[in-house]
Amino acid sequence: MNKALGSRLAVVLLAAGLLLYPMVLSGAFYRDIGVTFLLAAISASAWNIVGGYAGQVSVGHSMFFGLGAYTPLMFYTLWGWPPITGIPAGIALAIGLSLIIGTPTFRLTGHYFSMATIAVAELIRIFTGTWDFVGAAIGLQGPAIARGWWDLTFRSELPYYYLFLAVLVTLLAVTTFIERRRFGFYLRAIKASERAARSLGVPVRRTKMQALVLSAAFTSVAGSLYVIKTGFIDPDSGFGILISVQMVIIAALGGAGTLFGPLVGALILIPLQSATNTWFGADGSGLTYILYGGIIVLIARFEPGGLFDLWQRARNSFRKRFHA
Amino acid sequence: MVVLQVIVGGLLLGAIYALFSSGLTLIWGMMNFINFAHGEFVMLGMYVAFLVVVWLHGGPAVFTLAAAFALLVLGIAIYLSLIRHVIRGPMLAQILSTFGLALLLRYTAFYIFSANFVSLPQTWLAGTVNFAGVYLPVAQLVGGVIAIALTVALHILLTHSTIGSRLLAVAEDRAAAMLMGIRPDRMQMLAWGLSAGAAGIAGALMATAYPWSPSVGETFGLIAFVVVALGGFGSVLGSLYAGLIIGLIQAVSAFWLGAIYKDIVVYGLFVALLWFRPQGLMGKA
Repeated sequence: MNKALGSRLAVVLLAAGLLLYPMVLSGAFYRDIGVTFLLAAISASAWNIVGGYAGQVSVGHSMFFGLGAYTPLMFYTLWGWPPITGIPAGIALAIGLSLIIGTPTFRLTGHYFSMATIAVAELIRIFTGTWDFVGAAIGLQGPAIARGWWDLTFRSELPYYYLFLAVLVTLLAVTTFIERRRFGFYLRAIKASERAARSLGVPVRRTKMQALVLSAAFTSVAGSLYVIKTGFIDPDSGFGILISVQMVIIAALGGAGTLFGPLVGALILIPLQSATNTWFGADGSGLTYILYGGIIVLIARFEPGGLFDLWQRARNSFRKRFHA
Repeated sequence: MVVLQVIVGGLLLGAIYALFSSGLTLIWGMMNFINFAHGEFVMLGMYVAFLVVVWLHGGPAVFTLAAAFALLVLGIAIYLSLIRHVIRGPMLAQILSTFGLALLLRYTAFYIFSANFVSLPQTWLAGTVNFAGVYLPVAQLVGGVIAIALTVALHILLTHSTIGSRLLAVAEDRAAAMLMGIRPDRMQMLAWGLSAGAAGIAGALMATAYPWSPSVGETFGLIAFVVVALGGFGSVLGSLYAGLIIGLIQAVSAFWLGAIYKDIVVYGLFVALLWFRPQGLMGKA
């Protein structure tokens, strides 16, 4: 089979599967997993732009997620506006924050960026917990009962599923667009060797900054979507380190810097997480994170390219065997 | 007098920050590698001390040495099994390796020891001394003094001994060091042992004076970043000064602003440093 045709077929099958999933498996449990999967895939794909494609590993992306999650409920709490109106402001705040972090750290090596992201995320988390204006440690609550469709407060999971799916498709379309443009080649060049990229005239700092801004904006949208669905946010569910961890592990597991890597990662990790929570009970979240840590270490040690890389190697060796 | 008390308390805690941060800066200086699990090493040192006291009824000297040795072995084991393999790999692998390790160690500790705070039973280090009107817990005083002594000793080891010259040679130019008959792999292994060992001792010293839970690892890891950023990446002497300064800033801001703000001030300082002086106090530009 022709390679291009094969991958096109795979994309069509994937799209059909995602579209039909909530129709085929219509139980509340399955729909909930589906929505969680989509949200995780959106977050991880957003992280992937800067962490995967540009190779600038953020371990504090929860700061953008949290900003996106807090602003809609701030708008609701302060003025009674529908949460959805807070999304643009969340994006603006996330972009502002990404400039604050990227400007100093992108002059330095990638380690500084990683350290800064984790420190700033923690700073914001602690600060949010002390700030009464945003509900301090208790957090914020959204509209309990929808005042109209514009509150996007639905009983059924179905509207959320298709809303999230639409956002995911948009994000993947943007990523594909980037991949094929000059910008995408710049990103790959920077990831391979910053020094070589610079010597070839790639505007390294500006390109990294653009990647971070784009990534932060989409991560903020992911946070907004999360809060519109759950109607509740507190410092840990918005800015907690485990939010960042989930983005990193999902993207790295599937394949950081590949279009469908985060999707594959989420496809594996979200059912796994749901299973471990069922087996070990709600108290078992500790065990879930032990597992996460273990998976991250194993990926780093044995398969930094993630499953995508593994699959490509397997396919190549398979082909070689048959054509030799 | 209260202010003086706060200042001295901050400096004594800062001395311990200096000790474990010198371990982080050593790895950074040697290998251009940032260890996200360093705070977890400190936390493990505390629990090693705790277990030695509970199971073997060891005194402070015994559990401090036990923590140092246990973490030294762990540091070497982690270098051999993990770090050695990712160090030449992509950036993602380098950062994820110790980041994942941090999660693994932190949540394993949560699982085993629960999230409750624990503290060591009273030892012969209990009690306070009155030093010119300032009341000092003996455990804090002894811990702080030992921490400063060990940090200085590490600095002297690096700058005035053959081993130190070898370590620095590998840091400077791996290939050239190899041509001089130094085995870089061994030196890096030694650096990881020393680094984790320093964290382990620091943890044990802190365990004598302060209560803790598994979550302290995250805080200490971030504090170590700030100390190293302030002192200059790769400078042990820099991290000694910076550790004392950070301890002082924390104590003073806890005193004036409230305990909850002490970490906010310190992490804010980190961001300011990245903006205005990324090379730190003693670092090369």
